[in-house]
Amino acid sequence: MLAYIVRRVWQMVPTLFGVMLLLFVLFNWVGGDPSYILAGKNLSAEALAGIRQQLGLDLPLPQQFLIFVKQVLTLDFGTSWSTQQPVSTLLHSRIGPSLLLTGSILLLGTVLAIGIAALVAYLRGSLTDRLVTLIATCAMSVSALVYIIAGQYWLAFKGGWFPIMGWSDSTLDNLLHYLPLPLLLGVIVGLAPDIRFYRSCFVEELGHDYVRTARAKGLSEPVIMLKHVLRNAMIPVVTSLMMSLPYLMMGAMLLETFFGIPGMGKEVVMAVERSDFPVIKAITIYIALATMLFNLLTDIIYKLIDPRVQLH
Amino acid sequence: MNPAPPLLSVRKLRVSFRDEHGHGAEAVKGISFDIPAGKTVALVGESGSGKSVTAMAITRLLPEHGCHIDPGSEILFDGRNLLTASRRELRCLRGGDIAMVFQEPMSSLNPVFSVGEQIIETLMLHTGVGRKAAQQRALALLQEVGLPAPERKMRSYPHQLSGGQQQRVMIAMAIACEPKLLIADEPTTALDVTIQQQILQLLTTLQQKHGMAVLFISHDLELVGQFADEVVVMHHGSIHEHAPVQQIFEAPQDAYTKALLRCRPHLDRRPARLPVIRDFLGDSCHFEPPQRERGYQAEDRVILEVQDLCVDYHSRHGWFGRHSQRAVDGVSFRLMRGRTLGIVGESGSGKSTLGLALMRLQQASAGRVLFEGEDMLTLTPRQLRAYKRRIQIVFQNPYASLNPRCSVAQILTEPMLLHGIGCDAEERLQLAGDWLEHVGLPRKALAKYPHEFSGGQRQRIAIARCLTMHPEILICDESVSALDVSVQAQVLNLLQSLQDELGLSYLFISHDLAVVKHLSDQVLVMQQGRCVELADADTLYAAPQHPYTRQLLDAIPQGWPHCIRSRPA
Repeated sequence: MLAYIVRRVWQMVPTLFGVMLLLFVLFNWVGGDPSYILAGKNLSAEALAGIRQQLGLDLPLPQQFLIFVKQVLTLDFGTSWSTQQPVSTLLHSRIGPSLLLTGSILLLGTVLAIGIAALVAYLRGSLTDRLVTLIATCAMSVSALVYIIAGQYWLAFKGGWFPIMGWSDSTLDNLLHYLPLPLLLGVIVGLAPDIRFYRSCFVEELGHDYVRTARAKGLSEPVIMLKHVLRNAMIPVVTSLMMSLPYLMMGAMLLETFFGIPGMGKEVVMAVERSDFPVIKAITIYIALATMLFNLLTDIIYKLIDPRVQLH
Repeated sequence: MNPAPPLLSVRKLRVSFRDEHGHGAEAVKGISFDIPAGKTVALVGESGSGKSVTAMAITRLLPEHGCHIDPGSEILFDGRNLLTASRRELRCLRGGDIAMVFQEPMSSLNPVFSVGEQIIETLMLHTGVGRKAAQQRALALLQEVGLPAPERKMRSYPHQLSGGQQQRVMIAMAIACEPKLLIADEPTTALDVTIQQQILQLLTTLQQKHGMAVLFISHDLELVGQFADEVVVMHHGSIHEHAPVQQIFEAPQDAYTKALLRCRPHLDRRPARLPVIRDFLGDSCHFEPPQRERGYQAEDRVILEVQDLCVDYHSRHGWFGRHSQRAVDGVSFRLMRGRTLGIVGESGSGKSTLGLALMRLQQASAGRVLFEGEDMLTLTPRQLRAYKRRIQIVFQNPYASLNPRCSVAQILTEPMLLHGIGCDAEERLQLAGDWLEHVGLPRKALAKYPHEFSGGQRQRIAIARCLTMHPEILICDESVSALDVSVQAQVLNLLQSLQDELGLSYLFISHDLAVVKHLSDQVLVMQQGRCVELADADTLYAAPQHPYTRQLLDAIPQGWPHCIRSRPA
């Protein structure tokens, strides 16, 4: 196991190098000259040269790339061009709200979806099963934006049960006050497709011979469902869960923007608007790292769930 | 002496299934039989005879939707009607007083829990003991069913065990709570012959030791002769004959029973054509066909010569290591045109790998494969194309080896298209239809999909697919092993008549020595990748040289006279 993890981490090095190379190429040839953007209306040749020198853009490209490599290795991406704050400080203050939001959506959504899916799979063919499937299909067909706007209008503005938007510095305040509505909406949006997919995973597992063995042993249906079937069904569920993570980040970006939550998603949007290259670079590298780590994590979780999986 | 009431008595059991269109089909048509306490009753019949449905009805494990048990039916266990018992009562009985062992041990065990955990679970559920006590009892059970290194096996997962070991675990789980009735549904069908014998012996020993009654379900009448007290022969949902085992074998009354007894290939006879069920049930009187002579002749021409073939499997191991295992180790043989070479061995002996290597579906690591003098292993993919057509393979599992999304027409015409046989789609379809009729299926089957056919019919389709390419060599990799004995006889007859008619050469791979003897001119016995014996079929069976060959021969069910000798007194 340890040998496998070391090997996989070692394999990440060339992948990360590829990401860096691609990022560097895109910034230098596609992204345009950032000094023009920063100079604004003050477009004198000296001013541009000054900015270039200040940003290190006058150096030869290989040297610029080396600086970038050094930045990645030390995880120090310099200062933001627009706010002059160190990038690390900036991201550090943004990651908390994002993790709180995505983490709670992921946890609550998955637990709920698995629970409901197991129940309807057990009751498959019944009225409850058909009703849940029908509702899920309808719910899936509505855009996420509709849920957000309707939620903000009816539940927050009209109902007054939640604040319409906002965020506070106190975690407790956030948890009790500001988090519930975006969390609720995030869970609802993800719930319908998840229930449908997980239900089919459960139903497929229920057709296997080992379920018959479990019944022949005299086990009760809840035990069969929650012990024998659940663990087998988790294999496709984990796959889908890990694959949905990028979409979850995207969804969180939307929620952060609508609810004024100072998270990473909002920061990305702002950085792109302002062509704040150091911030974009840092976030891209972090997302690449996170994706690779999640992939590794998925494979390890597979091994924990399913002893048949061989880690090569 | 007043006879004791039977442990289980099935009275007028009727079970019908309803498909999604509402069409009902009666699977069990009002059968009645008894199982006395401590006795073994065998339920014998082909697939679809309703024997498994009967077993599932006893434990009430039939699906609740679409399945209907006639209210007039009764299944009395210890005087209690199981068909009216509550779920709670049933749960107590299942795994407690009535235990089951199923056909496929691999899929019947939960793949993600350790073997020990699955036994402990049953024990804790029914006997109410603590985890520690259950653990010790489970260990003792694994010892009792003869699993090597039981302490280590407790922590193993099902996929780490062989098929025979998995079935031993299933049996340990079944006898864990000292059941009064053990239902064994084709417990040895998925296993090699030698393992089959071991499992049967284990069941017999356990039955005597614990005084259980056993309901043994099988499609193979000869097999149950070894230990059943009574035999119930089922066909199309009704009982054809119910008699003590001796009477079934010595004086069978029913034509169907006689047919089941005759259609299995035997070591002591080799008819030109195996008798099939229809021969006995129809009006036509059955007659014994002439015997067939086998063996390579001096004038035979070599079509395929294999010299020192080796195949290795590689896997990654530890930090940097690579682990390689030799699956086929220096095997040499010659196949003559129009003849059959039988390849015999147990699972893991490398016989399937050998077949795949000849097709170049698995890379060989050394040796030569000469097809009419040309070394197939050194051909470029382009040159190989012509040879691919000439050597074809029929696989074991007719359920898995046909693409379920393709119609029979697509399955048959695709290889023709690839190899440029037939000038247009219409001609290819015509040819496909011809081949279907050749293998005994109607032309209208072209429009159907694989799931609409039975196992035997699917194997016919697989054979027809190979024939569309006009092969010269056909590799049959356990092609009849998954079939009932009665269907097996039909497919063997088909293979024989195709060989006579088209002059095909067969490589017939199987673990069943009786089947191999029936079809083969020469036989190669493989053990752990090596060829341990190679001889003309008659020579090999009359005077086996290698102890392994003798061991394989001893494991074949050999009919009633043999059974009487081997039965415990």
